Amino acid sequence: MSAVMPTVPKLEKPGRVTFPGVLRSEWTKFRSVRSTLWCVGITVVLSILIPILVAIINRTHWSQMNPSEQANRHPLDIAFVGIFIAQLVIAVLGVLLISAEYSTGSIRSTMTAVPKRLPVLWAKLLDYALFTMALMVPAVLISFFSTQAIFDTIPQLQVSFSAPGVARCVLMGAVYVTMVGIFALALGAIVRNTAGGIATFAGIFFVIPPLMNLLPTNWNNAISQYLPPNAGTQMFSLDHAAHTLTPLAGGVVFAGYCAVAITIAAVLLRRRDV
Amino acid sequence: MIEARELTKHYGEKCAVDGLSFTVQPGIVTGFLGPNGSGKSTTMRLILGLDAPTKGDVTVNGRHYRDHPAPLNEVGALLEARSVHTGRSAYNHLLALARTHGYPKRRVLEMIDLVGLHDVARKRAGKFSLGMGQRLGIAAALLGDPKTVLLDEPVNGLDPEGIHWVRNLLKGLAEEGKTVFVSSHLMTEMALTADHLIVIGRGKLIADTSVDEFVASASGKAVLVRSPDLTRLREELAGPGVSFADGERGALEVHGLTAEQVGDVAAAAGIALHELTPHQASLEEAFMDLTRDEVEFGATSPVEEVVA
Repeated sequence: MSAVMPTVPKLEKPGRVTFPGVLRSEWTKFRSVRSTLWCVGITVVLSILIPILVAIINRTHWSQMNPSEQANRHPLDIAFVGIFIAQLVIAVLGVLLISAEYSTGSIRSTMTAVPKRLPVLWAKLLDYALFTMALMVPAVLISFFSTQAIFDTIPQLQVSFSAPGVARCVLMGAVYVTMVGIFALALGAIVRNTAGGIATFAGIFFVIPPLMNLLPTNWNNAISQYLPPNAGTQMFSLDHAAHTLTPLAGGVVFAGYCAVAITIAAVLLRRRDV
Repeated sequence: MIEARELTKHYGEKCAVDGLSFTVQPGIVTGFLGPNGSGKSTTMRLILGLDAPTKGDVTVNGRHYRDHPAPLNEVGALLEARSVHTGRSAYNHLLALARTHGYPKRRVLEMIDLVGLHDVARKRAGKFSLGMGQRLGIAAALLGDPKTVLLDEPVNGLDPEGIHWVRNLLKGLAEEGKTVFVSSHLMTEMALTADHLIVIGRGKLIADTSVDEFVASASGKAVLVRSPDLTRLREELAGPGVSFADGERGALEVHGLTAEQVGDVAAAAGIALHELTPHQASLEEAFMDLTRDEVEFGATSPVEEVVA
């Protein structure tokens, strides 16, 4: 700092808060934290490498499997293993995108620049959705075609991309992970705490579903299909078994959960003190 | 210009700000003073709309802060609490703020140069010292070339050079006609920078006055006298409105008379004076006088409700 009287350089234009501006701001924040970039790298690598690894194991052990074991293998299950790994990372990152603003205090800077607050939430959701789609669409496509290439010697495990429902499953796999990210981001905005947000997500996705098995079977059958993860994963299921929703119904129900979470997050963001 | 009317904020049972009304004028530096926990930071959060008031209202340049189309061009704020993501560089922190208003990258670089952070601009803000963090906060506050500047304890953690820089900056901003509102719990700092003072204690307004008036009103001017014949001098000086107190090292503190009057009386009575010093209460003393009953975490005396 110089000893002379400091003068603030003038600004030619006063500027104006616009939604594209907030979108760019949130993107700048997203890409400029190293831990996010690490998470992203790991997600891409794992969601592609693990299905390939599983495919190779199945191919090398195929001749040792008995016919019923072979019949239980489905090529899309193997191609989509990566989705289940990616959803965890994308969910954690989704919570962190907003909870870290509270833990570090940067939320005060953010909300001072955009005091109407809601554009920040919309921008975070949109940025993150676009980002996750850009990441997951290639990841599921690569997983699908590389596992299919590995299965070239096994006719039972071959499935054409143009077969009914296959292209939809591949695309919806990416959409599902994106919606998981959106749901988690909304949870993070509601809970405003990293540990709490991740725990809430884990509770909804990994703890409640198995608990349903403890209920009477007819209850379990009636309720389980409507739980967020069960409804959501139907989106990339080729066909639907008894007591599961159709892919369309599953997608609609899961989108409903996302909409509710986002609405609560938006209302609380407007009403609570920062 | 900042206008607060009956501004009140409760956090559960606790009343942090209690019916505060004041106006901060442009073109001067206004100091915002109060002991720790008196509600300064809460008031600043209310001005920025980070917290909603329980009652009352506060506007900046005629509107609620959130209703301005370019908030960063209206108010630049440095809050006491850290407001930077620890994993992000100073450059990217400022860039993210600039993006919201469509300011160019060049503006971010100008601010980094202004506060002297160019060498560390690409380092993670979490690694910054307290002083570097303050400079980054000041850069963020000035990013939008704001008409009103709101700084909460800006000299905290700065080295003497940095403190000097901030003082000059504040005076410069006020000379340009901007509204400058600076909080501090240090009176001496305010004496050097502020023209006007708003003093609060336990969320209530105690004083809204110029710095000079504040010192004069808080404790009457005193004259320190040293003489071999203090007893007789005391008798000569005694009169209505005159009081005495024991000063340091055998001196006499005379209240209610000027140094000239004391000197004249002594000369007329033929009393030798060894010292005659006009003694003005320091800002720090004046402040402690006023807020004695309002210190929330006071060490002794039971707290008493004082209505300002």
